[in-house]
Amino acid sequence: MSIFIKSDSKSAIKASEITTESDYLSRRDFIKKSGILVGATWAGGISLPAAAKSSEYGNDFPDLIKTTYGKGETLTSFKDATTYNNFYEFGTGKKDPARTATNFKTDPWSITVEGEANKTGTFHLEDILKHAQIEERIYRFRCVEAWSMVVPWVGFSLAEMLKRFEPTSKANYVQFETLYDPVQMPGQVRRVLDWPYRDGLRMDEAMNPLSFMATGIYGHHLPNQNGAPIRLVVPWKYGFKNIKSIVKIRFTEHEPACTWNVTGPKEYGFYANVNPQVDHPRWSQATERVLGSNFWAPKAKTQMFNGYGEQVAHLYKGMDLKKYF
Amino acid sequence: MVNRSRRVDQAKRIHQYLPDPLRYSKEIFKFGYVRGVILEAALKSELLMQLKLKFTGVFFYKPMVFILCLMPFALLVMNAINNELGPNPVEEMIRTLGDWGIYFLLIGLSISPARKILNQTWLICYRRMIGLFAFFYASMHFLSYIWFDQFFSVAEIVEDIIKRPFITIGFICFLLLVPLALTSTNRMMKRLKKNWGRLHKIVYPVSMLALLHYFMMVKADYLVPGVLLVVLSLLLGYRLVLKFKR
Repeated sequence: MSIFIKSDSKSAIKASEITTESDYLSRRDFIKKSGILVGATWAGGISLPAAAKSSEYGNDFPDLIKTTYGKGETLTSFKDATTYNNFYEFGTGKKDPARTATNFKTDPWSITVEGEANKTGTFHLEDILKHAQIEERIYRFRCVEAWSMVVPWVGFSLAEMLKRFEPTSKANYVQFETLYDPVQMPGQVRRVLDWPYRDGLRMDEAMNPLSFMATGIYGHHLPNQNGAPIRLVVPWKYGFKNIKSIVKIRFTEHEPACTWNVTGPKEYGFYANVNPQVDHPRWSQATERVLGSNFWAPKAKTQMFNGYGEQVAHLYKGMDLKKYF
Repeated sequence: MVNRSRRVDQAKRIHQYLPDPLRYSKEIFKFGYVRGVILEAALKSELLMQLKLKFTGVFFYKPMVFILCLMPFALLVMNAINNELGPNPVEEMIRTLGDWGIYFLLIGLSISPARKILNQTWLICYRRMIGLFAFFYASMHFLSYIWFDQFFSVAEIVEDIIKRPFITIGFICFLLLVPLALTSTNRMMKRLKKNWGRLHKIVYPVSMLALLHYFMMVKADYLVPGVLLVVLSLLLGYRLVLKFKR
């Protein structure tokens, strides 16, 4: 039942992170026996205190295709990934979304496509998902606040979806928008951010094979606090680019407005690529705190493009990344 | 009968040692908490009823307030030991300690106004303790930062303090609190005479800087520091009004 799709690069994986053969074999065994997701086994091997347990996995996607993305990474525990969330629509505290998003209605859900594309209009989520090849990818996730986690996302390639809307030659950028519904999203009652939340990518960034639309994590449907029912995941950028609960996709000719960029243009750039050499004005981006690690664990070194340089560095060739941060 | 009169005698004797709420300060300094606790034990049962609670006043409650002030710290340490500080325990610890530092600064600043407005002189007995707790939480806040965030790496701490304005300001706050804590003893009070009061007015700019430190680290939601700012403005505003009235 497990089809392995090879990601076209090994760059993200350090030699030290590669699982030994015996672990690998036992992993195959494990998958055959249990049919449970890939990441859990080697998480056990590295044995960090709060790493994900296989019991935390769901089986909401029976036809899930496993991939080799993030092979060897220690997964963050499901509990940590679902109780420590920046989702200001549901409150600005990290614990707020898990508490206040419980009754959020994500069904029915539709996405409006507009702007520079041939196939615009409003689409039901099921119709969008119908064409999608649902797969699992383990990605590192680096928040602009200098913490990080490793999450097994379930979803599909962003490029595959965008192509179906047939963007025109004028579509240089794509902008996404989160739902605006203060009745359901109590955080939107106060104007903490310029609602609705918006973010965007340059078209070539969006078309990069790494760019992903997630509908699940850890084999579960996406929990509300993690951006249900559908969200963006661009692992080489800071977390805030990974816009949640998307209701609108707009193809634009010019660089679109992005909420955090509008809120603090000196602190949050349009690109927001993970870059240990460009500090946030208020804190260093050279290191990151891995979620679930205890008091005595040192902070981890942050990698350029969050370690995905081989796949995405060419997108920024010739650009001054200190200026276009 | 004999027995009863002896008890009354005893009660009267103990009574002399108990602080009159209006003569509190000298008495409190003469007898420590320990003696207070012993006296309290002696006063339990009948004697307590005869003497009435209010005479035992500050003497009686001070240890309790002390323990109460220590509770947030105790809870935090307990949660840390039990691994219940969430996915990012270091951040949780640093923030919680910082929050309590500011809360205690504000509680300390509210004692004088409350004393005057409510006409409850005894409140002043708690001011030093609250102030020292503000210093305690600020120190623990700073310590947890240099320990768990920077692992005592001097180079990185110095770089942070120089490069990051909100850390610079937090550090200045801590530095300014040190002399206040050091001069909080009776002996220093006597020695510095009028200057003691002048020196301790530093707490006003410190509290403003501490809130600025909070404001500067917030990303977008200014609600909590905003509320604290309103409280601080009222507390400092009250003092300004008094000053101009005179």
